[in-house]
Amino acid sequence: MFSHLSSGKLNFSILKESARRELLECLDRCVGTKALIWDDNLTGPFGLIAEYALLKEHDVTRMFPLKPGHLPQTTVQNVVFFCRPRLALMELIAENVLKEEAGAGSKKEFHVFFVPRKTLLCERKLKELGVYGTFATIDDYSLEMYPYDSDLLSMEMEDSFKDCTLYEDYTSLYDCAKALMTVQALYGVIPYIHGKGQHAKHVCDMVLRMRLELGGTEVQIVPQIDSLLLLDRSVDLLTPLATQLTYEGLIDEIFGINHTIVQLPPEKFASSSEAQGGASAFSTELRKIVLNSGEELYAEIRDKNFNAVGQVLSRKAKAISAQFEERHGAKTVGEIKKFVSKLPYIQAAKESLGNHTSIAELVKEVTDSSEFVGCLHTQQEFMNGVDTDKVHPYVEDCISKQDPLTKVLRLLCMQCAANNGFKPKVMEFYKQEIIQTYGFQHAITLNNLEKAGLLRVQGNKTYPALRKGLRLIVEDVSEQNPTDASYVYSGYAPVTVRLAQFLARPGQGWRSVENVMDLIPGPKIEVAQEIPAGLKKKRSSVSSLQSDEEKKLMLVFFLGGVTYAEIAALRFLSHQDDSTTEYIIATTKIINGDSWLNSLMEPMQLVPIAEMQ
Amino acid sequence: MMSIIGSWSPLGLGKNVFYSKSDLYSMHWADLVDLSKVNIAAASYGGPIAIRRDDSKITKIQGSTKKVIFIFSAAGQKISQFVWNSGCVIEFSWSSTEDLLCVQDDGQVLVYDIFGTFKRVFSMGQEAKDTGIIECRFFTTSLGTGLAVLTKSYRIFVVNSVENPTIRRLAEIPGLNAPPSSWTVFNLERQTRAIVAKNADIFLLNQGGQCQDQYPAFTQAGQFITEMAVSVNNKHLALFTSSGTLWIGSSDMQTCDCEFDTKCLQRPQQLMWCGTEAVVAYWDKLLLVIGSHKEFIHYAYHEPVYLVPEVDGIRILGQTLHELLQKVPESVMDVYRIGSMAVGAILMEAAREFENGSYKADEYIRMIKDSLEEAVKQCIEAAGNIYDNTATKENQKALLRAASFGKCFAVDMNADLFVNACQLIRVLNAIRDTPVGIPLTHTQLQSLTLRVLIDRLILRRHYPLAIRICEYLKIPDCEGASRILAHWACYKVQQVNIPEEQLATAITEKLGNTAGVSYAEIANKASDCGRTQLAIRLLDHEPRASEQVPLLMKINRDDVALTKAIESGDTDLVYTVILRLKQTLKTGEFLMSITRIPVAYSLYLQLCRQQNRELLMDMFYQTDNFHEEAHCYIYNSYQQKSIDKRLADLQGAHDSFSKAKNDFMAKQVEDEMRLIRWQCEQERKSEKPYLDLSLQDTMTVLLKAGLNKQAEELRKDFKVPDKRFWWIKIMALADTGNWQELDKFSKSKKSPIGYEPFAEVCLKHQNVSEARNKYIPRISSENKVKFLVKLGLLEDAAEVAFQQKRDEELQYVLAHCSPLKPNLVAKINSLRSQLTAKK
Repeated sequence: MFSHLSSGKLNFSILKESARRELLECLDRCVGTKALIWDDNLTGPFGLIAEYALLKEHDVTRMFPLKPGHLPQTTVQNVVFFCRPRLALMELIAENVLKEEAGAGSKKEFHVFFVPRKTLLCERKLKELGVYGTFATIDDYSLEMYPYDSDLLSMEMEDSFKDCTLYEDYTSLYDCAKALMTVQALYGVIPYIHGKGQHAKHVCDMVLRMRLELGGTEVQIVPQIDSLLLLDRSVDLLTPLATQLTYEGLIDEIFGINHTIVQLPPEKFASSSEAQGGASAFSTELRKIVLNSGEELYAEIRDKNFNAVGQVLSRKAKAISAQFEERHGAKTVGEIKKFVSKLPYIQAAKESLGNHTSIAELVKEVTDSSEFVGCLHTQQEFMNGVDTDKVHPYVEDCISKQDPLTKVLRLLCMQCAANNGFKPKVMEFYKQEIIQTYGFQHAITLNNLEKAGLLRVQGNKTYPALRKGLRLIVEDVSEQNPTDASYVYSGYAPVTVRLAQFLARPGQGWRSVENVMDLIPGPKIEVAQEIPAGLKKKRSSVSSLQSDEEKKLMLVFFLGGVTYAEIAALRFLSHQDDSTTEYIIATTKIINGDSWLNSLMEPMQLVPIAEMQ
Repeated sequence: MMSIIGSWSPLGLGKNVFYSKSDLYSMHWADLVDLSKVNIAAASYGGPIAIRRDDSKITKIQGSTKKVIFIFSAAGQKISQFVWNSGCVIEFSWSSTEDLLCVQDDGQVLVYDIFGTFKRVFSMGQEAKDTGIIECRFFTTSLGTGLAVLTKSYRIFVVNSVENPTIRRLAEIPGLNAPPSSWTVFNLERQTRAIVAKNADIFLLNQGGQCQDQYPAFTQAGQFITEMAVSVNNKHLALFTSSGTLWIGSSDMQTCDCEFDTKCLQRPQQLMWCGTEAVVAYWDKLLLVIGSHKEFIHYAYHEPVYLVPEVDGIRILGQTLHELLQKVPESVMDVYRIGSMAVGAILMEAAREFENGSYKADEYIRMIKDSLEEAVKQCIEAAGNIYDNTATKENQKALLRAASFGKCFAVDMNADLFVNACQLIRVLNAIRDTPVGIPLTHTQLQSLTLRVLIDRLILRRHYPLAIRICEYLKIPDCEGASRILAHWACYKVQQVNIPEEQLATAITEKLGNTAGVSYAEIANKASDCGRTQLAIRLLDHEPRASEQVPLLMKINRDDVALTKAIESGDTDLVYTVILRLKQTLKTGEFLMSITRIPVAYSLYLQLCRQQNRELLMDMFYQTDNFHEEAHCYIYNSYQQKSIDKRLADLQGAHDSFSKAKNDFMAKQVEDEMRLIRWQCEQERKSEKPYLDLSLQDTMTVLLKAGLNKQAEELRKDFKVPDKRFWWIKIMALADTGNWQELDKFSKSKKSPIGYEPFAEVCLKHQNVSEARNKYIPRISSENKVKFLVKLGLLEDAAEVAFQQKRDEELQYVLAHCSPLKPNLVAKINSLRSQLTAKK
């Protein structure tokens, strides 16, 4: 079930295995049967590391989400909490423990493991709540990065961007630096570090410092990663706001992909559930589908522009039926045998095709709607810098019609980014419109967006120069057979992707775009890490750079989130014939415009007015 | 050669088992101690020897009457001495970490290091304290050294590790009302067991509280067991009986190897195993080595000696002598035994002939040419195993020369074995040297491990030698040199007579940036010795903030601690310091110091945000951050349960925004307050809920209820733009299905948003006819076709497109045509051809 992780250039199974080993060590420290109590935010990502059967082998008999109130009744000897170091969670844990202790006679041992590390604040909180001494174990489970795919790691910290930009709390960046140290411990010290942005600088500084702290105890491994590119999300605020137009990107935009799993309305999949022998053709439960490169078809279409997906699907359909037809051609026993041996493969391919045809239909329903088309049209106008400096009628209409607030804010922030800020009058108009339409409580969200730099008053107009200098807009890019990464947004290439692309240029790097680099906010980082002479990678002559083996490996780390479209663009660059670099991607969280803006909105629980005066 | 086999004695005849004695040192303590009048505790692995006056013997006391404990190296060189002024010592011994454990009769155990410095004390429990103890036994466990005591109530208490003493009581022996005739304790398979003899009865006690009778096979029953000994590997047992019989067998007493009649009824002064194959019994000046088949050797001494067990033999300490008695290792025997035809012996012969320039060398080599590798290995092994105490190390050299000679002929042989052996021999020779005085054999070193040896050198403060050994054996710095340097530095900082300045320089010069040195540890030591300045200076060199910061706080340098914590980026460390500051400083001072440092300030705010929002607002107020304060007010207003409180909070927000000179937001707050008041008013009038609705939602509710006047009132009051008001009204009317009113509204005046919205709401409510008849005609021409298609009126759409002479629109319509309507498709196609024809 995890085989796809080892298919990439860097074997992420190592990372996963090391995480699994540590998890089992944690479990084995609690002798006897155990119930695991999970912080809800961890259950999903943990599925990427270990399956229930494995936990069962280590005496885990029950699993529950962490909730207030009583623990469910169990007969286990150990109660093991896995949680992030959040103060609010400490209160839940304390409540659980105290209520369990108050219950008659049950003598359970309590353990808590913090992911990725325990903090003083949490320990203090547990002490304050009077349960600290109750725990037999209070320790770390230092799992920082979850392997999503053979080229993709995520830290699953949705609040990273928010904490850094709104509150100047850089805890998550420290975790990033720690994670990079883990990567370096497993795959060798990365010789070159590049980066752009304030946070990138902070992470880079910490990584260098941590290496110093390690002293001579560093593991001696030949570096497998050639360079690291650290990118702040604030380097490119516009891209995540735009609607992603790749297959995977659209699935995420429309249905949301969580930890490689998408949940879809079941109606379209009726046929396959029938095939599995259910009497009820329609189940109301959402259908879960795992999306990763382990599925051959998905690996092929995930990064394509959605407009090119239909073609592939119909071609596949033909190929599969042709393969089925072969059975008529099979005459000899040997031929039949050969056909039969291929059957499971064909059947799997058929099911996969069926699934993706259904998903594509679901996506197409949305992309064909006039709302989608209208919104996309406006977005593209903004990206092209058309009509960005005044109140835009489409956005105005959206507000009037009370379209979802996130949709409106995405458009607004995008316009703002493309215009490098609004004139005060325009800004005030928009704000008032939002407050009057959606309610005054959103004043706080608006303030948050301002603090994050997503909404702001006009500053230097750099976007046009940036657009030109980095060739962000590409007219006439082919969606079917693209020659440029801009196909992921149908003619717009993200700044982040261009930065990675230019950096990889042999012999030039960012020097060729030096003048535009200054237009992007935040400092530029170029650091070479010292590596013992014996561990340096031996490169043969320059001429052989083309061969796949000699491709350099660049880890692009997106601080504050990355979209599937950006990932697709980097994968596209890796696979170009003339590319000298292969990219692998790490991020604090995979985001889309909606999830990103949601993380910045103030979660307001409105308390109803109880008494009237 | 004679000198080697000269010290061999055969154990039994024709069995090729020899025991040899090697001189280790001639003891330097001859003038200081009289072995006949002292108690001795000698650590195994060639460790230190402690000596105290034996109170049971009458001695002529010279000088002070105070009891003094002397500590010597194995070579008899005095390391230290200290005056004993605690209670009555029953027994003393060395732990596996070379700490001297002195067991008092009240069950207190005092721990000293080899320099006589008191380290700590622990007790063997209340019962031991109350009743007192008679005897004790030390034993080795996987955790280190264990201790068992026999109380005067004849109970046995054990701790499995003196490092971490947890007291357990062993099972009681039924009917024991006098001290057992003999007893011992050992640890096998992580289980501590005691064998206790009550005269002729033997009991095995284990940790689980069980007591089992044991019946080892004696040919003559009923003999009292007066002495017993367990081998170093805990698998063999020797029992000495009142009739002078020595029973030798396994420690579980299931098998008996032999019974040997010593013809001596008196129990031996010392009884122990020499390795695993022979037992040594010592009576006054007489030493008997007894093999498991009744063979024996006896040695006579002209002075009293004391025996120390080792893994591979015993050491014999005397007034002047210090010997090693061991079974001759096989490799040594092969090479040196008279008439040996082992390949190693022949190789030795070949080498000798070669050195003499004799052709016979060649003959010998030919004899063993098929097993040259083995021959070389034998010589190498023998060189390692032989305890060569001569100044010139002639024997070792001869063996290694032979190995090196043989190696020339064994072409494919890996040289590592030879090189490693040479290195190890060199190390062994270095530590055996009298000034160091650790007489380890090769086997002992392997059992002890190199790491522990280095630790022991550090313990003896032989820092340079330890470092040289590490460098010589190429041990990584973090385990070797830097660890040693760190210990050196820790020792150094305790020398209070050296000025701090000088020390700091000396230490940093020597340590530099050596990888793996923990400056924090050294600094901690310095601070323990009260040398704060030195600690601070040393801490500057500590790269790990997580080590540095707590120590800085310990020595009250919180300001530096905060800076260092921030530099590290570890927010948890920053919090550690912040919370400490909050505890130690007065509120005002705390605020002052925290607001000066932005990173700390932000983190503190973040903590307040999660834990105490009032405090958060207070912080903003204190720092004149009115903008954020205002937003706090807004947040709070939504948590209030009463209107008055909510309005009060909003008033607060308003004032803060005014202070922040944010007129726009101040105005927005004002509007919100006005809206809330209006909503309250309306709720009172209509008894319908309006609160918590946005302005737009309020207007929608009003319009849906037909309260146009009120809606209009709000529109004017809040200056709602015309365009949006039209949208609200259109949607409200359509939602309530009030098509007539919608129509009226569309005709009231010219729509500021065109007529597409009208068509759109009709479409939303699937009112096709209304849209088609009333609004499509009024839609701007470029949108008409699109709307008609949306409404599913494809024919109309085609007509309009044709009228407007737009082929692309016809195509658009065609694209939405179902192939099931061939007529329509045909019609559109014909229209298209007409269009192109016209052109």
